[in-house]
Amino acid sequence: MITFKDFRNDVKPNWCPGCGDFSVQAAIQRAAANSGLEPEKLAVISGIGCSGRISGYINSYGFHGIHGRCLPIAQGVKMANRHLTVIASGGDGDGFAIGMGHTIHAIRRNIDITYIVMDNQIYGLTKGQTSPRSEAGFKTKSTPQGSIEPALSPMEMALTAGASFVAQSFSTDLKDLTAIIEAGIKHKGFSLINVFSPCVTYNKVNTYDWFKANLTKLSSIEGYDPSDREAAMSTLMRHNSLVTGIIYQDSERKSYQELIPGYAETPLAHSDLNLGQERFDALAAEFM
Amino acid sequence: MIKQLSWKVGGQQGEGIESTGEIFSTALNRLGYFLYGYRHFSSRIKGGHTNNKIRVSITDTRSIADDLDILVAFDQETIEVNYKELNNTGVIIADTKFDPKNPDDSTAALYSIPFTEIAAELGTSLMKNMVAVGASSAVLGLDIKVFEEVVREIFGRKGEQIVQKNMEALSHGFEFMKAKLGSKVGTHQLERADGQKRLFMIGNDAIALGALAGGCRFMAAYPITPASEIMEYLIKKLPALGGTVIQTEDEIAACTMAIGANYAGVRAMTASAGPGLSLKMESIGLSGITETPLVIVDTQRGGPSTGLPTKQEQSDLMAMIYGTHGEIPKIVMAPSTAEEAFYDTAEAFNLAEEYQCPVIILSDLQLSLGKQTVEPLRYEEIEIRRGKLVTGNIPKAENKEYFKRYELTSDGISPRVLPGTKNGIFHVTGVEHDETGKPSEAAANRKAQMDKRMRKTRDIRFNRPIHKNIRHEEADILLVGFNSTRGVIEEAMGRLEQDGIKVNHAHVRLIHPFPAEDMQPLVDAAKKVVVLENNATGQLANILKMNVGNVQKISSLLKYDGNPFLPNNVHSQCKELFEYDNI
Repeated sequence: MITFKDFRNDVKPNWCPGCGDFSVQAAIQRAAANSGLEPEKLAVISGIGCSGRISGYINSYGFHGIHGRCLPIAQGVKMANRHLTVIASGGDGDGFAIGMGHTIHAIRRNIDITYIVMDNQIYGLTKGQTSPRSEAGFKTKSTPQGSIEPALSPMEMALTAGASFVAQSFSTDLKDLTAIIEAGIKHKGFSLINVFSPCVTYNKVNTYDWFKANLTKLSSIEGYDPSDREAAMSTLMRHNSLVTGIIYQDSERKSYQELIPGYAETPLAHSDLNLGQERFDALAAEFM
Repeated sequence: MIKQLSWKVGGQQGEGIESTGEIFSTALNRLGYFLYGYRHFSSRIKGGHTNNKIRVSITDTRSIADDLDILVAFDQETIEVNYKELNNTGVIIADTKFDPKNPDDSTAALYSIPFTEIAAELGTSLMKNMVAVGASSAVLGLDIKVFEEVVREIFGRKGEQIVQKNMEALSHGFEFMKAKLGSKVGTHQLERADGQKRLFMIGNDAIALGALAGGCRFMAAYPITPASEIMEYLIKKLPALGGTVIQTEDEIAACTMAIGANYAGVRAMTASAGPGLSLKMESIGLSGITETPLVIVDTQRGGPSTGLPTKQEQSDLMAMIYGTHGEIPKIVMAPSTAEEAFYDTAEAFNLAEEYQCPVIILSDLQLSLGKQTVEPLRYEEIEIRRGKLVTGNIPKAENKEYFKRYELTSDGISPRVLPGTKNGIFHVTGVEHDETGKPSEAAANRKAQMDKRMRKTRDIRFNRPIHKNIRHEEADILLVGFNSTRGVIEEAMGRLEQDGIKVNHAHVRLIHPFPAEDMQPLVDAAKKVVVLENNATGQLANILKMNVGNVQKISSLLKYDGNPFLPNNVHSQCKELFEYDNI
């Protein structure tokens, strides 16, 4: 029987003590085990930043890429081997600044992968600069007078980009977070999970206590229906996006892979590389 | 009877100039003529002068001709822009509709043929192209029956009536021109061709077909001139093989998606031109340090920035060899013909897997878009070699020890496991790492991993890294080039030989790692080395100087105005150089 311990390796994370990313790591390991995955059937593709190191801390295939590009790498992996479970993961700078173009298009494209963003509203690894998730007025090394740009709402953005699965969680809610990641893995299509993962070193505003005081669980809202996109949007707006739970899910929508004409059931990675003389001759004849 | 001629059709972009050239050349190809086509076009969709110049010969030819024999004009601008190219026996066939005028200093004969009127009488002026093809056939003394098969293939699905109408338009054009020519019918009668079956394709078709033959089953790409035909071909053909093409949101996504796909085990590629390659540079470095196979095509065009998007240039060479921060092993190939492009692309997928590094296939606009005759491609010569890919069972390691994906080996190449393999778990990172892929900044490890990667391609096995045409033990001039300049060099070489100048030719097919040992004797055996390239700084000449001795012999012949070299340019400049040195 596979347990979360099978997804542990011997590498000691280099995160600061108290970092929210530890819980995200644990939640991924639990969700993978709960989903009945073998470690070798999971590929974790990560970006650059503190959170990007996560692919090295999970006993599975892992690819730590370049800044902002974990999504195209992850999509390439899934396209090559549809039998793998692919989790992409990175920080808010990775996904919503340098990699925003990929995030929007991965949402639209709807390839069956799960994207977990560890959102700490700050640039940690470069020692404390503003992020697209920092609130206006937020003081950092790069915004000494306070940020004059408003914060982005990735959840609202995902809904308008045509997302089929949008969820948000808080790193200390290990049980909820694990359940959401499991649901994301199970979802046939692209699942975006934004996780508030506090930076204890550089973000003295959005702390654990701050989130506890400000977050609303969707499960506490009576009659909340995650299949209602309009309600999802208005709920986000009403709560300044500070909600946790599955915000929206379209279970009917087909994933990208299901829509590709001719896409092989066998993973492309195992396809026959030989065209064969007959097929080649037919292709060549088109140029005669 | 003549052995070769050049035919050009010109008009406004979007007017069907392409299809006129297509029908004309496809039929001639089937008769066994050797063809070489080059399009002049602008970076816009409708309007602006465009032309398609096609050389027809009974022998192998891969260069644009210096002059022109027949000009088919759909507007006066075509005459104005091109008449000076016509030779003394040149012919202009122009649509009566625009009341064509032959410039005062034109030596060509002008025939006004009512292309549009004839076509309109038959039902639609759209068929004016067919009238023009018919008129051209009369000048060439061709039997118009040769076009019937082609017309049927193009219009067959629209019904027999459309086929017949088009044939009628062709026939009317032929008869009209014949009557005008009178006794001069067949002034440009070509000798009979050998009737052999050959392919007629652009370099991008050859690259795409080579990719299929080489096992490529996935492509990620972003549209760009002059590379888009590669993705457009593959999106048509890959579904039948279970694969697909993703048009990504940008060039960086295209490159990183191809890296992800290769990592997971499918042979995957991306293709672009200079602007796209500039964006892919960081990713190419990722492929290098993570030792992930990657095949990238760069179809060079005029740079820098947006530069000359629809014009010929060869100025990406240095960027392709050295462009990525840090140092990685890399292979850069430069096929010179569509035929080589086919074989080299298929081989690129083998090299990428064998050496576990990025492989760049360098092309240029003239090779990528120029349509040329190709001898039948020999599929049986295509091999699939996957290098140190682990396919058997892997024994279970103690204590969840990771697989040594980056094991230090004598040749630098380590066993490669695909995700999904039991007991094969390892980590990949663009951060410096140890043998299992876990990050490590230790100095000794850094040096060991760096040395391991850099020694992978040191003794690269590459069949014929230089295309050689060595006619003399001691040559007056060694002409050196890469990519599409091969044809023009071959033609100039013939003329120089007639002048009594001894010329050898070396065309570099493997640019990096540079085949220095192969090149040195050729340099030693020549009094002068002339490196011909479409750029302003002599990039290949500089690469040559970095890799061989006797560099004082090396000089450059450069052209960077957006147009390809013509045989006359090369001939006269080389002759001057020779004579200057021999006064």
